[in-house]
Amino acid sequence: MTVLIPRKANRREMLKGTLGGAAVGVALPFLDCFLTDNGTALAATGAPLPVRFGTWYWGLGHTPGHAITPKTQTSAGIDFLEETKALKPWEKYINFYGGFNMPLDGRSNYTHFTGWVASRTGSAPSGNNDIPAPTLDLLIADSIAGNTRFQTLDMTSVGIPRENYSARSTNSRAAAEASPEKLYARIFGEEFMDPNKAEFAPDPRVMVRKSVLSAVGEQSKALNAKLGASDRARLDEYFTSIRQIENQLDLQMQKPEPNLACAIPLPIKRDGDEQNMPQGLEVDTVVANHQMMTKILAMAVACNQTKVFNMVFSDNFSHMRRPGQTYTHHLLTHEETPDKVLGYQPVAFSFNCRTMDSFASFIEAFANIREGDGNLLDNTLIFAATETNYARVHSIDGVPIFTAGRAGGRIKTGMHVVGNGDPITRVGLTAMQIMGLPIDKWGTKSLQTSKTITDVLA
Amino acid sequence: MHRVKFRSCLIALATGMTLIVSGCDQPAPPVTGAAPTMRLLSESQYRNIIADLFGAQITVGGSFDPLVRTNGLLTVGATNARITPAGLEQFDRMARSIAEQVVSEANRDVLIPCKPASVSSPDDACATAFYKNVGRILYRHPLTDDEVRSPVAVAAAAGRDLGNFYDGIASGLAGMMVSPSFLFSIDATEPDPSLPGKVRLDGYAKAARLSFFLWNTTPDDQLLTAAEKGALHDKKGLNAQVDRMLGSPKLETGMRAFFNDMLAFDDFAKIEKDSIIYPSFSAAVAEDAKEQSLRTIVDLLITQQGDYRDLFTTRKTFMSGPLGRIYRVPVDRPDGGWIPYEFPEGDQRAGLITQISFAALYSHPGRSSPTLRGRAIRESLLCQKIPDPPGDVDFSLFNDPNSPNKTARDRLSAHATQPACAGCHKLTDPIGLAMERIDGAGQLRTTESGASIDPSGDLDGVKFTDAVGLGKAMRDNPAVPPCIVNRVYSYATGRTPERTEQPLLNHFEKQFTSAQFRLPKLLQSIAASDALFAVAAPEARAAAAPPEKDNKS
Repeated sequence: MTVLIPRKANRREMLKGTLGGAAVGVALPFLDCFLTDNGTALAATGAPLPVRFGTWYWGLGHTPGHAITPKTQTSAGIDFLEETKALKPWEKYINFYGGFNMPLDGRSNYTHFTGWVASRTGSAPSGNNDIPAPTLDLLIADSIAGNTRFQTLDMTSVGIPRENYSARSTNSRAAAEASPEKLYARIFGEEFMDPNKAEFAPDPRVMVRKSVLSAVGEQSKALNAKLGASDRARLDEYFTSIRQIENQLDLQMQKPEPNLACAIPLPIKRDGDEQNMPQGLEVDTVVANHQMMTKILAMAVACNQTKVFNMVFSDNFSHMRRPGQTYTHHLLTHEETPDKVLGYQPVAFSFNCRTMDSFASFIEAFANIREGDGNLLDNTLIFAATETNYARVHSIDGVPIFTAGRAGGRIKTGMHVVGNGDPITRVGLTAMQIMGLPIDKWGTKSLQTSKTITDVLA
Repeated sequence: MHRVKFRSCLIALATGMTLIVSGCDQPAPPVTGAAPTMRLLSESQYRNIIADLFGAQITVGGSFDPLVRTNGLLTVGATNARITPAGLEQFDRMARSIAEQVVSEANRDVLIPCKPASVSSPDDACATAFYKNVGRILYRHPLTDDEVRSPVAVAAAAGRDLGNFYDGIASGLAGMMVSPSFLFSIDATEPDPSLPGKVRLDGYAKAARLSFFLWNTTPDDQLLTAAEKGALHDKKGLNAQVDRMLGSPKLETGMRAFFNDMLAFDDFAKIEKDSIIYPSFSAAVAEDAKEQSLRTIVDLLITQQGDYRDLFTTRKTFMSGPLGRIYRVPVDRPDGGWIPYEFPEGDQRAGLITQISFAALYSHPGRSSPTLRGRAIRESLLCQKIPDPPGDVDFSLFNDPNSPNKTARDRLSAHATQPACAGCHKLTDPIGLAMERIDGAGQLRTTESGASIDPSGDLDGVKFTDAVGLGKAMRDNPAVPPCIVNRVYSYATGRTPERTEQPLLNHFEKQFTSAQFRLPKLLQSIAASDALFAVAAPEARAAAAPPEKDNKS
């Protein structure tokens, strides 16, 4: 049913240089000689391989006692239990953070909302639509996202564009890509520039587009005089968006650096009418969408289309379901009778297992792309978090977080980090510092912290 | 004087000649004005404008950033919405696609009012004529010299670079469609000559407010001409335009948009039903279910000018083939069309909340949800806030294997024994449980898991035996009229009413009540009121507090 075959051009194909049967010139592949001896930087420019940041979101936490064996002290080694056993092969790339708390200073725990907002923004929301500060991915993107086509790439495998947990504020939240086909078209469609093509000629239409946006931006400045302060801020955000597209267009007018890791995947082909593609919440559909999007995303990152990304595997209420069952994953966590022998809710547990299996496949997709003398995962930091620890009772203390990837060698991995009740913002602060942000504290009120998790710094 | 007005009002109502009689209006309370707004176009507004300007043959593809539902309406959320980089990228892509279609060989002769001297080079005169024409509609005011110069210069440069006049025209047009002057409806103000030191909306801003309120699209030529002549600052001129707009077929478009927003029908975009549990429910059923409710609303409230409250009891509706299979009603329309239909007296279907749309939308994929339904009735139709559930609910009673909890009433009864849950569930469950004989796909049933369903309940002390009884209780509930008044006013102004505006809302409610709860009268009262256009001085803009947000996720 699903065909997504990465087309990794070999040297013979590249030298033959054909596209759709028509000769287009000789493409020279990215060779290891483009890299420095240690394979960590581009020889031509001396620039280090880029380090990327991404988030991976899943809803409804873990099954306590069946995911990760708790520890009392931070140390190497993670004891993956049945729910997370798919992650075991990737232990050397993973850190697990447990035992961090989420003090709310008297604010309500807005179920399935407070958890993700607090861990990603450093602040507790005051209502269940309130996003009081930018999410950490955007703070990182503001710092590192230059020289890529997309400031961030946001996607969700549940088929609902509004399920995106990246936002600059309550009213500034982009729609996520919810269709693998559209994600592919956006990244690898006609505006994609193959870095490994020998020939390059700037497209005059790109230059025209830039001049159009420049003219619009210039002409629209006059509006500022008509607006109050809050609307001027909104207009400023619009101008920022204009500049980001202009930057994208600037990049399209330059020949991209050759990039051996970049192998354009073939377009997705699925059986059936494209208009009726399954985009539902059936768990098999979610997993299949996630797999397709993951392959596209990983290659987009390898092709330097973005340095920051956000993948939502399941929504914060996890409406995933199995065909023919009246209960969704969320309803199961509350209403399924725990098995007396097993000691947990077995069907809800199975959804959690599928979730962690998918996280493992996400990690694998990055690890499978060779980059320099390592792989893409070596040069990426993935922040994987959820909104609750135990969904059955909506607990937000001890919300589990993983990081995956070595961030260009900046982070130690294979660690189980114990929070001892410290604010969960320590994880986000440390992630941002690893990504190079010059900050020494993050968060507000009791969630504010200046304590880096030094145990994981390389 | 008052007696004359009252008499003319009675005559009008008795004869049914018109329900829009300004003569029986009482003076409105004074208004102070709120901060001017800058509203992002909604997806439907964007689509309507493109269709109005260029025709329905132009396709609009792409996605829009989600809006935050505020005071029950996405329209209010649009007042604070921002354009993200990804959102602008989508607008840019849509704009280029639309512009390419406009200048295509199939459309250019109709949509561009002039021909260039040469197709291979720019033609400033033709470009100027085109942009002045479309810009007036896109920007909702005649273009200033600067606003014309910019796309003409773009078109000239692009036409030269690309060697084609029409490519140049498309570039300039695409630029206009990513301009904030198009994407945001921005309130422009001017000194108010009748109140020295105060400001008022300029005529074009008034035209835009009216048009987005009543038609959900950009002002037409007549409305812009009225604005140009200053007629919207004059009561007579304003009333003439409002009456014209209320009599236009576009009113149906506008009211569909309003009820789509108020009833959260945008959620149909993500509705999903399990195909094993509900094999009859399909994408076609979902689409028709929404359409059925909108047709019912438009027919009762606009075409028949009926009592708004009858929306909860009417047995009259419309039926399509896909819906007929769920309602078990024969529909002899092999062409896939609609037929008027009236449920028989005593049927279990009567009123909006017994229709498939409401029942299916506020349910889970594989089962009904009395709580979601009860909450939707309280929040969307009665404007009552249901607090969020507590974070530390104990579900152990739910999980007790010795209490099988066959029906939703059994399950929720167990739940409501918890003090932390009982308060809210008392508000939602007695009304949501009344709809339990309609399953999660909108089909009738009498049992759940083999146990008989008891659909009795009460709404604020009024007892009933089933969903039809609930509809009757809704019809007579005193919270219904003020709720629709609040929502219409909020929708029209794009903001949550201030507490100080309660006397004004009371005034509109009185007029609505006097007019036998006819929606057009409410629309007319608000559209022709000073309150719709009242703005504070620009200095107040920065100080204006953001409106309260809904606590929904």
